[in-house]
Amino acid sequence: MGLTSSSTGFAAAETSLEIKRHASSDVVVAIAGNPNVGKSTIFNALTGMRQHTGNWPGKTVAAAQGYCETERSGYVLVDIPGTYSLLAHSAEEEAARDFLCFGGAEAAVVVCDATCLQRSLNLALQVMELCPKTLVCVNLCDEAKRRGITLDLKQLEENLGVPVVGTAAHDKRTLKVLTEALDRLCSGETELHPKRLHYIKPVEAAIACAEPLLRERFGERLDPRWLALRLIEGDKTLAAEAGKYLGTDPLSDPEISAAVERGRLRLAEDEITLDILRDRIVSCITLNSEEAADGAVSECAGCRRADRRADRLLTGRALGFPLMILLLLVVFWLTISGANYPSQLLSAGLGWLGERLSELMSGAPWWLSGVLVDGAYRTLAWVTAVMLPPMAIFFPLFTLLEDSGYLPRVAYNLDKPFQRCNACGKQALTMAMGFGCNAAGIVGCRIIDSKRERLIAMLTNAFVPCNGKFPFILTLASVFFVGTAGGFGESALSAAIVTAAVLLGVGMTFAASKFLSATILRGQPSGFTLELPPYRKPQFGKVIVRSLLDRTLFVLGRAAAVAAPAGAVIWILANVTVDGGSLLSYCTGALDPFARLLGMDGVILMAFILGLPANEIVIPIIIMCYMSQGSLTELSLPALAQLLGENGWTWRTAVCTMLFSLMHWPCSTSLLTVRKEAGGWKWALAAFLLPTCAGVIGCFLVAQISGLFI
Amino acid sequence: MEKCLNEIKPGETAVVERLRVHGSMRRRLLDIGLVEGTRVECVGVSPMGDPAAYCIRGAVIAIRAADSRDVLVREAADGTDL
Repeated sequence: MGLTSSSTGFAAAETSLEIKRHASSDVVVAIAGNPNVGKSTIFNALTGMRQHTGNWPGKTVAAAQGYCETERSGYVLVDIPGTYSLLAHSAEEEAARDFLCFGGAEAAVVVCDATCLQRSLNLALQVMELCPKTLVCVNLCDEAKRRGITLDLKQLEENLGVPVVGTAAHDKRTLKVLTEALDRLCSGETELHPKRLHYIKPVEAAIACAEPLLRERFGERLDPRWLALRLIEGDKTLAAEAGKYLGTDPLSDPEISAAVERGRLRLAEDEITLDILRDRIVSCITLNSEEAADGAVSECAGCRRADRRADRLLTGRALGFPLMILLLLVVFWLTISGANYPSQLLSAGLGWLGERLSELMSGAPWWLSGVLVDGAYRTLAWVTAVMLPPMAIFFPLFTLLEDSGYLPRVAYNLDKPFQRCNACGKQALTMAMGFGCNAAGIVGCRIIDSKRERLIAMLTNAFVPCNGKFPFILTLASVFFVGTAGGFGESALSAAIVTAAVLLGVGMTFAASKFLSATILRGQPSGFTLELPPYRKPQFGKVIVRSLLDRTLFVLGRAAAVAAPAGAVIWILANVTVDGGSLLSYCTGALDPFARLLGMDGVILMAFILGLPANEIVIPIIIMCYMSQGSLTELSLPALAQLLGENGWTWRTAVCTMLFSLMHWPCSTSLLTVRKEAGGWKWALAAFLLPTCAGVIGCFLVAQISGLFI
Repeated sequence: MEKCLNEIKPGETAVVERLRVHGSMRRRLLDIGLVEGTRVECVGVSPMGDPAAYCIRGAVIAIRAADSRDVLVREAADGTDL
């Protein structure tokens, strides 16, 4: 669940993907695999930057294609959704199957998990039925070795009858082996005897009723054996697509439908109903993959002990929650204390640059240098100085947690409360993605199968602070509650405050989920299974590079793109005067009475409103507004503390502002994503109103109750 | 003796007999490998008592008690690790 420019915001929910060849000789290859086996890593390593992403036609299932060139041929690689099976129980499985059957895949690479080979073979065997030119790529070999799992790839190759290569995704040499095997496979040099799935006797007999006829009618365009069984089991998801592909709906042919009926009668002799048949099919496939793995994999007893021990600690009754909170605290502490010094350096440097810019502009009209330097540049400088260092520390840390396999444990720990709210435990995962970016978290909600639970997860995603809100909360915490000197105790206290804010956000997520499932999204929790993948040693170098490039720079870029024009607009509003008052003062004045009720002032509320495109710019707007009245020459925290103090901020203002920042409307990108994912403006409106109402009520209560005592 | 999977305690191993649930949850349970004859070991319980984690065919999978209740198992002949 990487957070990249393509997984965030609009790009993630974009239009459908079309397969494009560069040259007519290019071979279209589907990359299949279970979720979390490093399929994307392999795909990325093979295709580099030459990728297009989109959705599968008519489905909200992400798709990607990329181009890979070897010495012998060009390949259009299509990353099909990660699934465990192709029996079309979910939108992903259907999309994967449809591409293999009808999408024009000439060959397939099935990425398998060496640490969990047998289950991966389940999918491999099903892919081999649809696409005999299959290459099995056993990934994570290094990890399997570390766990004391021995693999015999030669034996596996013999069992499967298709080529098998072992890879370790970050080892370039193994990828070379993969592309060489792909060359041999696609040029027809490799001899193939793909192992066929075989079923229990009555099922085989039923297949035999329809298979010969289907072969006669359609040849090998669709594997007749496979098609026979799908028709007998009455797979409704197939009919339309197969009809389009074959030019005629197979069942409209009376002979075929009679043969299918004969097959069903044959099953009925053994008291196999269609429901039982589907069970038998799944069990048979599992047994087939057991056979395929036979002799190819052996595991020493107890070699997963380290994982078990870690799990006993991290998900244990006594320490599970304390460790979770402690980890959060440590992450924030590292972020705050680590970001302090570089932040000061950056603001000093950017401040100096600003003065030079002012000098440079001294010949220009006052309003031009005002708009550009005091407006756009200052705001931009502030966003960079305040946001870059914490993000450059926070994101890599967060990615490390993600890579290590800890996040699914968080979902596991938090499932019970979600269950009580009649929601899905996977919501904890989308919530965690929300820490990065709410829009990405909302797109991530696709992993939740039940529509009701998915909507709950989408609408409540904005309750966790995204990285646009973090710097804001961090800054206010340091300025108001801790002091700005930045010693150990102080940064620890800031971390505690931010942690408390996050916990409040999580608590609000529960409350809001409960509220939704008691009101507009009533219903029972659906079934839930969650894989707890083995702990992995994160690849530090890669994590740092990836999170810096993908997340930090992307988020900063977005903030900057909004901040600079917003800064210019604010400066204009503050400096255009009508009847002795600036436009800005009229706006903030109008908002002021309402904002005061909530413990804030008009400037703050207006900053939140103007911050709709991106939360990152709320603080810069507040500063700009105040500066147009006072003046702020340096961009340091003590100067900020002074500025806010001069403008009447008290600890109550800070608390209410932090609270409102935690709970107000999600950014416009998130709202558009909700509309797209949930299918309607009314859900976007609900996503807007839910946190906003919570924030307004929360701030009102804090402001009014604290007002009683002071 | 037939038991429900949620009655298996951490460290215990059982063998799947049958599933008494239909529809999408049945498929999901089958997909993760809970077919007749599969050995399942309970490897832990989450801090609040539910869900529990089971080792199924080499993968560790968390299942809520409300769902694992519908997986009927018998005790494994021997208690050794998978």
